[in-house]
Amino acid sequence: MTPRELDHYADVQLLPGKAAIAKLVVLLAVLAVLPFVVPGYRIFTLNYMAVFVIVGLGLSILVGDTGQVSLGHAGFMAIGAYTSVLAMTELGAPFLIALPAAGLVSAFFGFLLGLPALRLDGPYLAIATLGFGLAVTLIIGHGSFFGGHMGLVVPDAYLGPIPLSGDISHYFLIVGIAVVLALAARNLSVTRVGRAFRAIRDSPIAAETMGVDVAYYKTLSFTVSAAFAGIAGSLLALMNGFISPGVFSVTLSLMFLAMVVFGGLGSIAGAVLGSLVMGYVNLRMDAVQEIPIFGPMLQNFSDAYMSPSGLPNVGWVLTGSMIMLTIMFEPRGLYGVWLRIEDGVRWLRRRGASDGPAAGTG
Amino acid sequence: MSFFSVQGLTKRFGGLTALDDVSFEVEKGSIFSVIGPNGSGKSTAFNCINGIYKPTAGSIHFQGNKISGLSPSRIARMGLARTFQNIELFASETTVDNLMLGRHQHMSTGLWRGMAMLGRRTWAAREEIENREHVEQVLETLELEAVRNRPVSELPYGTQKRVELGRALAMEPLLLLVDEPTAGMNPEERADIGERLRKLRDDLGLTILLIEHHMQLAIGLADRVLALNFGRPIALGPPDEVQSHPEVVKAYLGDG
Ligand SMILES: Nc1ncnc2c1ncn2[C@@H]1O[C@H](COP(=O)(O)OP(=O)(O)OP(=O)(O)O)[C@@H](O)[C@H]1O
Ligand SMILES: [Mg+2]
Repeated sequence: MTPRELDHYADVQLLPGKAAIAKLVVLLAVLAVLPFVVPGYRIFTLNYMAVFVIVGLGLSILVGDTGQVSLGHAGFMAIGAYTSVLAMTELGAPFLIALPAAGLVSAFFGFLLGLPALRLDGPYLAIATLGFGLAVTLIIGHGSFFGGHMGLVVPDAYLGPIPLSGDISHYFLIVGIAVVLALAARNLSVTRVGRAFRAIRDSPIAAETMGVDVAYYKTLSFTVSAAFAGIAGSLLALMNGFISPGVFSVTLSLMFLAMVVFGGLGSIAGAVLGSLVMGYVNLRMDAVQEIPIFGPMLQNFSDAYMSPSGLPNVGWVLTGSMIMLTIMFEPRGLYGVWLRIEDGVRWLRRRGASDGPAAGTG
Repeated sequence: MSFFSVQGLTKRFGGLTALDDVSFEVEKGSIFSVIGPNGSGKSTAFNCINGIYKPTAGSIHFQGNKISGLSPSRIARMGLARTFQNIELFASETTVDNLMLGRHQHMSTGLWRGMAMLGRRTWAAREEIENREHVEQVLETLELEAVRNRPVSELPYGTQKRVELGRALAMEPLLLLVDEPTAGMNPEERADIGERLRKLRDDLGLTILLIEHHMQLAIGLADRVLALNFGRPIALGPPDEVQSHPEVVKAYLGDG
């Protein structure tokens, strides 16, 4: 036994040591100046990416930690978006109430879907959640209360006296919430509930045997995951100014699932990375022709061989190939790629150190 | 009322009777061995006791409460822990996290408190630290400190078996079920595990149900022994009596 005193808190601490605090401060500083240095019309893109991050964090809890699958997260997002808009228009609720209400109502639907999900696994669960997502958009599309296919206009929102209008105010709200939720998700994963989620994924039998109520935690996982998507939906409504069932298509659900797998299942950094990339790609899908050199080539190729409208298809093919190649060569996804880069840097540094005068190693 | 008792336990799988009218009692602070040839129903008995299987007939009582019919997690929370014949660890987790799972029922941090772990003094952090200390004690007794932060899937088989025992001990059980803890181990490791089990009984007063293929170890450790053959109890009593019981001798000779 080492005489060194172990600090058990350091193992689970959110920001262990000065280096971690410094990293967070730098990150926050970058996020704070970012909207003032990028072109104005790009702030909308950043907001969109941050909304994806919030969905990704929640979906990663369900898929990465608990090991369940969902092809219906666009449905939860829709529930959140419509809840917050209707709360504002029908009940006159301020945005500060409408936003958590979106999370709560979506969480409730997550809980409801979590119940039948207890008896389902793998492909059956995939189909059930897919059906849920479809049903949500169908119901919304046919109810005049929900504005039908025409959708709803989002009313002006205020945070107390501050008007939430314009991309920059949306940016600080959405990115702020994304950062807080990322830190919360990280804490959740290292404490009792997160451990129970992963135990269920690794061995439900052993988890039960340790006293973990598997049904409770599986449902909880669905509930939490849906709450994140609901909050993201409310924020998406705010930044878009308009919502319609078409926004929350099955394709979007597929995209969500793809992005957490692509980012790296079961890691928060992976969920964030994957969501950022896919959020960007999803929004800029039709801007393929802007890629230097390859853009026009791809556009011609698509026009000639893939469809008359062309562009979105070639975007999808690119996205699909990107995901496929990453997962084939690095099953841990983007996060795995990141880890490799870190390893490489460390290796280079060590070589540098051993070439130079004898350096103490820790 | 005895500490732990099984009455008329029967388990059928379709046409196969894996356990046929098995009854026995276990005294607090003793080691009770279950022996028998392959397929005689030993693991099935454990699965019925901890609730993974619902018995076809019969009842199981623990500290005066009927536990047959309850879910494994309820039974675990009443103080019953077990290990598995084929290791059931949380493969992607580290040794520490596996043992921390054993602390699940002794902790209470939920969703909100977990998310809000923002300093050493918050509820979740205090609970983590307290329970980690307990886990460290178990790691020390089982000499697992060196693999504390290793993912268990990277550990050798014998070490994984010890981690599984550690996880069960981290639960602070009143009754411990161990299913072939020395399978795949060399004689040295086997003797070591035997010694640890003996210490758990003698020093901590733990009650242990043991399935063990190695007759010498099973008999040497046990206060009482039950022998099964084709799901039927063929002998029950003190170790030397069971060992020399003609039916037991026959079953083991037939087993080869
Ligand atoms: N879930 C199940 N479904 C069907 N049959 C089962 C099941 N579990 C066990 N059995 C059967 O019950 C019988 C007893 O099996 P069990 O695993 O309890 O034996 P065991 O005494 O533990 O054997 P071993 O020494 O090989 O571990 C075997 O014939 C086995 O095939
Ligand atoms: Mg067995």
